[in-house]
Amino acid sequence: MDPIHQFEIKNFFVLTRIGGHDIAFTNSALYMVIALGVITALMIGATASRALVPGRMQSVAEISYEFVATTLRQSAGSEGMKFFPLVFTLFMFILAVNMLGLIPYAFTVTSHIVITISLAMLVFLTVIIYGFKKNGLKFFKLFVPSGIPIYILPLVTFIEVLSFISRPISHSVRLFANMLAGHITLKVFAAFVTMLGAAGFLGWIGAILPLGLTVALTALEFLVAFLQAYVFAILTCIYINDAIHPGH
Amino acid sequence: MEVTAAKMIGAGIACIGMGGAGVGVGTIFGHYLAAALRNPSAAQGQFGNLIFGFAVTEALGIFSLLIALLLLFAPI
Repeated sequence: MDPIHQFEIKNFFVLTRIGGHDIAFTNSALYMVIALGVITALMIGATASRALVPGRMQSVAEISYEFVATTLRQSAGSEGMKFFPLVFTLFMFILAVNMLGLIPYAFTVTSHIVITISLAMLVFLTVIIYGFKKNGLKFFKLFVPSGIPIYILPLVTFIEVLSFISRPISHSVRLFANMLAGHITLKVFAAFVTMLGAAGFLGWIGAILPLGLTVALTALEFLVAFLQAYVFAILTCIYINDAIHPGH
Repeated sequence: MEVTAAKMIGAGIACIGMGGAGVGVGTIFGHYLAAALRNPSAAQGQFGNLIFGFAVTEALGIFSLLIALLLLFAPI
């Protein structure tokens, strides 16, 4: 009945030991490999026929490509299109692991903060390194907005720096906490069904309500799984735009 | 007071913060809908901004939920 139990990491086999820590192939790693297989099958397998009039699966692959490309071009301009592989990979990976995690008894990779903060730090460091490489010291203009009266400029700059530093935290915690909270909610409502079902015939009638709610919440979780992947991708686009055009 | 009881009360109090995020998300979607009905042709172009504002606002509510979850389940 413990709703946290589903996030447990299980070691399948230990690959090697480094400094007293097991480097193991875990259930998390297994689901990442499955997600990779699903994406590869979709993007390479479905587009292999290269039909002029696309079939169903080829349409899905083309729509997802167009969707991310449009989002990136709108928020970071055509110059940002050189980051398209990064954004598209992040979007497809997060979408695939979120969707796989909604299958009953499956493991949700993004419900562990170590995964999401790795992805967020990747974006954060990309923005910093590319920003300094492209703009040099002009990258600091990101923190000093133009057209601000001089006497409140230090305060605004301080807030801008603070919000820039807290970006990887909010970027990663948003995805992680959404998946964690969603799966805990599903498990808690599912537990109501078994609790009421154990109470006898009247309990069975009462159990219809939480059962229906669980179905509705699962539908909501599919929406959240897509939305969080989209939010992660669009925030990546916006941060990359800051690296390309640091002046406000 | 027992530590477990204090943790549970703290988790409950932490969840109050989500109410503020609820107000904020409601404001964002309500204003988007009002504006979209006035000028439907411009609505599609602002969808990205809508999702961005929603994400930034929602994150604050999620933070308070995270504090509650840490209080309930983290082994301290």
